Amino acid sequence: MVTMNSEADKTQATNATLAMSSAEKQPAAESTSPLPKSPPATAAAGVAVTTECSVPAAASLPPVPVPAAAPAAATTQTSVPTPAPEALANGNSNANIEEVVVAVASTAAGATVNGGAAGVVTSVAAATPPPSAKTVNVRDTTTSAGVSGSSASKSSGLLTVSSNHHHHHHHQQSSSSSSSSQQQQQAAPSTVVVQSSSQHQRSNKNEDAPNILVYKKMEAIIEKMQAESTGVAVRTVKAFMSKVPSVFTGADLVAWILKNFDVEDVTEALHFAHLLSSHGYIFPIDDHALTVKNDGTFYRFQTPYFWPSNCWEPENTDYAVYLCKRTMQNKTRLELADYEAENLAKLQKMFSRKWEFIFMQAESQSKVAKKRDKLERKVLDSQERAFWDVHRPMPGCVNTTEIDIKKAYRRGGSSHGTGSSGASVAKNPVEQLSRIIALRKQKLERRTIKVSKAAEALVAYYDQYNEFDYFITSPELPNPWQTDSTEMWDTEKNSKEVPVRRVKRWAFSLRELLNDAIGRDQFTKFLEKEYSGENLKFWESVQEMKALPQSEIKEAIHKIWQEFLAPDAPCPVNVDSKSVELAREAVNSPNGPNRWCFDVAASHVYHLMKSDSYSRYLRSDMYKDYLNCSRKKIKSIPNLFGVKR
Amino acid sequence: MSEGAVSASNVNANEKMANLLKEAENLKTKLEEERSKLNDVNLSNIAERLEQIAYVNIKPRKVLKGHQAKVLCTDWSPDKRHIISSSQDGRLIIWDAFTTNKEHAVTMPTTWIMACAYAPSGNFVACGGLDNKVTVYPITSDEEMAAKKRTVGTHTSYMSCCIYPNSDQQILTGSGDSTCALWDVESGQLLQSFHGHSGDVMAIDLAPNETGNTFVSGSCDRMAFIWDMRSGHVVQSFEGHQSDVNSVKFHPCGDAIATGSDDSSCRLYDMRADREVAVFAKESIIFGVNSVDFSVSGRLLFAGYNDYTVNLWDTLKSERVCLLYGHENKVSCVQVSPDGTALSTGSWDYTIRVWA
Repeated sequence: MVTMNSEADKTQATNATLAMSSAEKQPAAESTSPLPKSPPATAAAGVAVTTECSVPAAASLPPVPVPAAAPAAATTQTSVPTPAPEALANGNSNANIEEVVVAVASTAAGATVNGGAAGVVTSVAAATPPPSAKTVNVRDTTTSAGVSGSSASKSSGLLTVSSNHHHHHHHQQSSSSSSSSQQQQQAAPSTVVVQSSSQHQRSNKNEDAPNILVYKKMEAIIEKMQAESTGVAVRTVKAFMSKVPSVFTGADLVAWILKNFDVEDVTEALHFAHLLSSHGYIFPIDDHALTVKNDGTFYRFQTPYFWPSNCWEPENTDYAVYLCKRTMQNKTRLELADYEAENLAKLQKMFSRKWEFIFMQAESQSKVAKKRDKLERKVLDSQERAFWDVHRPMPGCVNTTEIDIKKAYRRGGSSHGTGSSGASVAKNPVEQLSRIIALRKQKLERRTIKVSKAAEALVAYYDQYNEFDYFITSPELPNPWQTDSTEMWDTEKNSKEVPVRRVKRWAFSLRELLNDAIGRDQFTKFLEKEYSGENLKFWESVQEMKALPQSEIKEAIHKIWQEFLAPDAPCPVNVDSKSVELAREAVNSPNGPNRWCFDVAASHVYHLMKSDSYSRYLRSDMYKDYLNCSRKKIKSIPNLFGVKR
Repeated sequence: MSEGAVSASNVNANEKMANLLKEAENLKTKLEEERSKLNDVNLSNIAERLEQIAYVNIKPRKVLKGHQAKVLCTDWSPDKRHIISSSQDGRLIIWDAFTTNKEHAVTMPTTWIMACAYAPSGNFVACGGLDNKVTVYPITSDEEMAAKKRTVGTHTSYMSCCIYPNSDQQILTGSGDSTCALWDVESGQLLQSFHGHSGDVMAIDLAPNETGNTFVSGSCDRMAFIWDMRSGHVVQSFEGHQSDVNSVKFHPCGDAIATGSDDSSCRLYDMRADREVAVFAKESIIFGVNSVDFSVSGRLLFAGYNDYTVNLWDTLKSERVCLLYGHENKVSCVQVSPDGTALSTGSWDYTIRVWA
């Protein structure tokens, strides 16, 4: 499903920036092409709700929810042909339906779609989420799927999906015309149904996805915040002529975080609150920017139905319905912000063919909304707005629902059996376990040292190096990044004098000495004086050879062998016979020598130098003189810059 | 083939699985026993004698703006002041970080360039990502860079990370295909491949020892492996993370590694003790870690998180020293400059920042 091309990211980018895909304008059958390629968290990928999920979910509902639902499902499934395109409304909705159908069909390749329920929930996931008129539909369809689930589950995914969807559409009209108070009451539990089933489906595939991990942690915190007595105090505030229901202040929230979490200070608490908000768990009651201020500004909790962990990836049509609906309600608090008006205009252009359908949906949702209790409406409206502020953020705000493409690709790939070769290994539990067993055996055989010894070594390393750590100790010359002066780099490059700090470092290890060009030079001179220069020469030649391109390796190996190891070598190194034998074998190996063939010999020589020549060098007058020499020079330079310690 | 035969083989397979599981568990218990014998003291106890780091003088110094999408990877030039960055916008930018000037910009045929690296000479850069390839560019003029690019290696999934192991002539890569590979730059020949991870490889780092023959890899299988480049075998393995390992870095001493994971913790594993010696985590840190790096002395660990912050950990005392705020989206990469004078951070907020 998730192909390895740039389409996948294009999709992401499209989702993110509301650069509505031109695909929408194409014929329905092709129009979903970006969808299946997008990460599994999209609405389409979330399709595979099996009947097992929705049956128990529906069972938790009061029995006999809507009389018409079950029979409607049964009949429409078999008898309804594709709606005729003459009727404009039908035709438009049909386009929409087929989009979903294609999405389902293509996802079905990876995950078996289990009959009707899948189709229904697709339409739910792909349709507008708001808890208004649409929610009623959601309940209808889900319930009916639950009721007729067992019979529907055997029929072909594609067929049932389309018919069910039609049924869904059919219901939407009936319900909008007969929206009773009973339906409104049931809207709330029904949202829970959808949510629980979508959570269930996701848990199969995605529960360890990194963003879900974070969502779960946030939700645990939100739960604590909402605790009766120990949580953040939620109130209904009276203001002039009206009431502001279910709010808390930013200051209260920050204070709660400070008290209940191991955050360092107000800044961190505020940052933490900001993250909760930008992920859509809490929101300012009248601001599109999801952030938190440490003052009397009012905030509200998002309803779990709208939590990002439900893997919404709402479609632009849903967004269009939502924006359209807002224009129908004569409330100042619902007025569109400038960017929303712009988005609406773009959407209208893009969806011109089915705008009537979108308009109708918006109208029916708006009708239902008007029947709600005033305070309840205020809360629901704000929660819906906050939902869209998360999924279609205001310009300049972060879209927190974006997933790292690496993670998205991996999860998409492994669930569909495509992608990496590693996925196939991961799929073979026997092989994987055997591998783990082998690694653990290897670990058991390993000789290790005590933790105290290792810890001492790490602390000793710090003792030795802390004066060279610019983040801990200020350097002699000012840090260029802090002062905008490149003096430090310039001196390093141009000056012939080597600072004492650097010379001191040579004594830390042979590696330090050899890593410093001047140090290596000094050591070479020292060895020459001692007539043992061939060791370092050999070691250097081996390192240089290893860095060569493959094409030059063979010749270089031959040269090293002739010069240092062959019986008549002009510059023989003092290596034990075993290492020489190993090297001889490697050099003459039938597959041709490789760049590591002298490694054993080289490491032998290195340790020889380390234990013998290097320690003698450090004790030598040569090193001591050099050290004193640079010390004097450094002392003569006054500290002009007043570097703070 | 009767049904009986099928079910019998199923039973066998199940039995085999059960046995393997049991063996793995037994080994784990035994290993824990063995290791606990040597776990005589905590690192933080040993570090008690050290003074606390009360204050680190670190501030934002430079902001590099120019990418039009998420910054995914950065690398310091060996000259200590240039930075190369790669981004989701498909561009590779070479910055003089000191003046904040853009010196070169190359547009790749792919978006999501997940990795980039400077060659030791500073004359070449390697990069790649969603194209599954590692491509080398010489650093010359913009036109020439594009004209002289060369594809060195190809994986079967995205390339997540790459480094030059001590030579301009070789590139080591890690990939979503769960392998690592060592390539000969000139010929594009695969010199060695590294199989062993059962999840996407997210990060690699070269051991800072004199031979440069070992490297470490971190993977979505929650493990970190130490590899021998010569044999292509895992020589040491570390487990403990609860989720994807996104970042690995050698301690400058070469005998320990630090890891950063989606489980929102960083860990320090000592190779001599062959075990985890410290965990860096806090209840209030709930987002994943994308990238880690050490200061010169190994005392400080910089960790970039998905919560837009960089945390500084005292690796020896296992305490957080401070938090760096500034980025406005996930921090995707952090790296200490070659001379240890500065820290670079790249973010999904399209910027790169230099702190010192």
